[in-house]
Amino acid sequence: MPFTPPKESYNGKIFELGLGSGEKAVAVGGENVLSFHGFEGSTPRKPVVAFEIQDIAPDDWPQTVKDVYKDVYLDPVTWALHCQDKLGAEAIALRLVGTHPDKGDISAEQAAETVKKVLAAIKVPLIILGSNHAEKDTAVLVKVAEAAKGSNCAIGKAQEANYKTVAAAAMANDLKLIAMSELDINLSKQLNILITQMGFDREKLLTDPMCSALSYGLEYTYSVMERIKLAALAQNDPVLQPPMLADVGMYVWKVKETQAAESDLPEWGDLAQRGIAWEAVTASSFLVSGADLLILRHPAAVEAVKKFIAEMEG
Amino acid sequence: MALTGVEIFKLLPKTNCKKCGQPTCLAFAMKLAQRQASLDQCPDVSEEAKQKLGEASAPPIRPITLGAGAKAVKLGEETVLFRHEKKFVNPCAFAVKIEDTLSESEIGKKLDEVLTSEIDRVGQKLRVDAVFLSNDSGDPAKLEALAKLTAQKAPDVPVIISTKNPEAAGAALSHFSGKNAILYGADADNMSGMAEKAKAAKAALGIAAKNLDEVPDLTEKAKGLGIEDILIDSGARKAGEILRDNTYIRRAALKKGVKSVGYPVMNFAVREDQLLESLVAGLAVEKYGSVVVIGLVQKWKNLALFSLRQNIYTDPQVPMQVQQKIYKIGEPGPKAPFLITTNFSLTYFIVSGEIENCKVPCRLAVMDSEGLSVLTAWAAGKFTASKIAQFITESGIEGELEEKEIIIPGYVAILSGAIEDKLPGWKITVGPREANGLPAFLKARA
Ligand code: B12
Ligand code: SF4
Repeated sequence: MPFTPPKESYNGKIFELGLGSGEKAVAVGGENVLSFHGFEGSTPRKPVVAFEIQDIAPDDWPQTVKDVYKDVYLDPVTWALHCQDKLGAEAIALRLVGTHPDKGDISAEQAAETVKKVLAAIKVPLIILGSNHAEKDTAVLVKVAEAAKGSNCAIGKAQEANYKTVAAAAMANDLKLIAMSELDINLSKQLNILITQMGFDREKLLTDPMCSALSYGLEYTYSVMERIKLAALAQNDPVLQPPMLADVGMYVWKVKETQAAESDLPEWGDLAQRGIAWEAVTASSFLVSGADLLILRHPAAVEAVKKFIAEMEG
Repeated sequence: MALTGVEIFKLLPKTNCKKCGQPTCLAFAMKLAQRQASLDQCPDVSEEAKQKLGEASAPPIRPITLGAGAKAVKLGEETVLFRHEKKFVNPCAFAVKIEDTLSESEIGKKLDEVLTSEIDRVGQKLRVDAVFLSNDSGDPAKLEALAKLTAQKAPDVPVIISTKNPEAAGAALSHFSGKNAILYGADADNMSGMAEKAKAAKAALGIAAKNLDEVPDLTEKAKGLGIEDILIDSGARKAGEILRDNTYIRRAALKKGVKSVGYPVMNFAVREDQLLESLVAGLAVEKYGSVVVIGLVQKWKNLALFSLRQNIYTDPQVPMQVQQKIYKIGEPGPKAPFLITTNFSLTYFIVSGEIENCKVPCRLAVMDSEGLSVLTAWAAGKFTASKIAQFITESGIEGELEEKEIIIPGYVAILSGAIEDKLPGWKITVGPREANGLPAFLKARA
């Protein structure tokens, strides 16, 4: 008696979203089944992993990940080129932390200059992130979007508190937009609706349901992602069909497990490996639960995640 | 295939005698269909009905116990495909592979690593659950030597024996009688011999299929030979195959009621690259593995995998909580700072972790807020001024403190006036919003 595989097919499909231009452009999404379920449907695009860089030298990254970039992090262009040319980055995510009022309060104009320089230097697609200060991001992302006009990059994050301005800026400059809400499928849906009601094309959105780190709420992000993907596919809900982003690095590299010395906690084992594993396990879990695009920090974590993707696809 | 309530009702005595605790036979039938009652609650049910219903009312994925005593683990019994629907039931067990080609000292070292792998994590004790003794040599004597050493050095650790040779299996199993071991390696060629050895040792039988197609044949064969407890290896090795086969098996068992695949599944994550191994083992945890075989015990890897499993297997409706009490961190004297937070495990773990980090001894009052985070609890009316005041008063902590001062989380600064009103004589200090602000805050006061 042979086994009849109980295949699932769905009416819905995730939008395919392109980033960047030219030879190095990438696209994510397009699947009509759950992540890596190519055995019962179509998964035309592999998930993409972007390397995170910052406009200023990182001051709150743990030593183990800071060290990797110590020769390049003083200048965002050098840093970006290092990721592209030496580490083989498919995409780069530039976080403008220096614009945060508590981190130097760099002006919107200056941030726009940085973005221009980085864009001019790299060939791979760019994702531009504010400092996550809802108010300051409004000013910064408007200027930055102008600077990035025509580059087909993604900017974000548009949140409940600032989405109007940020979405308008993305729309005016023909950019992709990251919409972030806080770990709730209904909030994600609501934000995507509000943004599309402004006339923003929903096929140019990326949903960020808010990330979390392994052991620090991972299960919330994991399940919200699964629910969003199921609603997008099974219920064919177009509002939830944009591809999903997991902004992993910033959540992982602040938790104790990526910082505490082995001498203090011998039962936790080697710190360097532990940090990398923390980022890679968090990231691969979100690939399984539905993310199409990841933002990571440690090259060894990126490498492991890529091997994982290869094994999942192969 | 599971029976509906009405189908079950037809098989009941229909006397409505209420001995089962339900008002009618129909009500009882409905409970049975939802698996909220068990058939033995009706004393008058006929033998024929018992047989028919027993089959149908068995859980769609059979429960199996691996090991005996305090370290035994349960496998299977899952009821859903996605964790948001309902809590995943029995956490995926981690089994470390030990080859019988290793030297005695290498084996001893691995067993030691397994024995000392336990970590306390958010109030749970987590460890490598089992060993997977592998007959790589093909020599029955070598496997038996490994089994003997394991039984001596790690008598409480649950064991999976892996061989294709029934003779080797029998000898190795003899060291684990009464220990609920699993004998893995039954295939089309050796089935009857393996089933016999498993039965004699009261061990579960792990089938080694070449592919998914072969699984139902093998489990049916084993069943025909009188084996009830079965573990499935579908032959999947690559991550993508593991996801595919595990998904099909879980779906077939739960949604189609296919009994021949209604058993726990074992996956293999052993990889040269330890980081990749962690990710593949993680996939097994997330996507329906009941046992995952890993290669090496490494502390950093254990911590990541244990944490992932804990996250995936928490109840999505009831957050993980810690006990309400006043925790001492370090050795706080009468002047040490006194702080309050909620009993969501995550919150407690983060806050206490930060306090430990900065090495300022403190008292941390953890208030029962039904496992909600500070802001969520506040929004839900479970972390209010009057509840906080009542908790502090009843705790009797006053007597331990030189000065009656309590530090509250920055996010609920708004509560400070109201707490002051309800706790006369106490000083309410608003702490930082994020716990990572605590070290600087506490050091500045010291
Ligand atoms: C996950 C989540 C939930 C989960 C529950 C998770 C849980 N176990 O608590 C669910 C989905 C069930 C939920 C439900 C609700 N939620 Co909710 N939820 C969240 C979310 C996304 C994360 C909460 C979390 O886990 N934080 C992590 C923990 C560790 O944080 P924490 O306990 O606050 O601890 C931090 C600090 O407070 C500080 N700290 C803690 N203790 C102490 C002690 C001292 C002394 C100091 C100094 C510092 C300190 O350190 C910690 C780390 O920095 C937040 C939004 C967000 N991003 O914060 C909303 C949020 C808390 N929820 C909110 C609301 C309104 C609700 C609901 C009432 C309705 C709703 N919107 O769904 C319900 C209420 C639940 C109920 N039973 O009725 C609001 C609260 C609004 C407000 N400002 O009052 C928030 C802020 C979202 C929002 N913006 O609307 N929620
Ligand atoms: S005990 Fe049996 S016969 Fe009596 S009401 Fe319950 S189901 Fe019916």
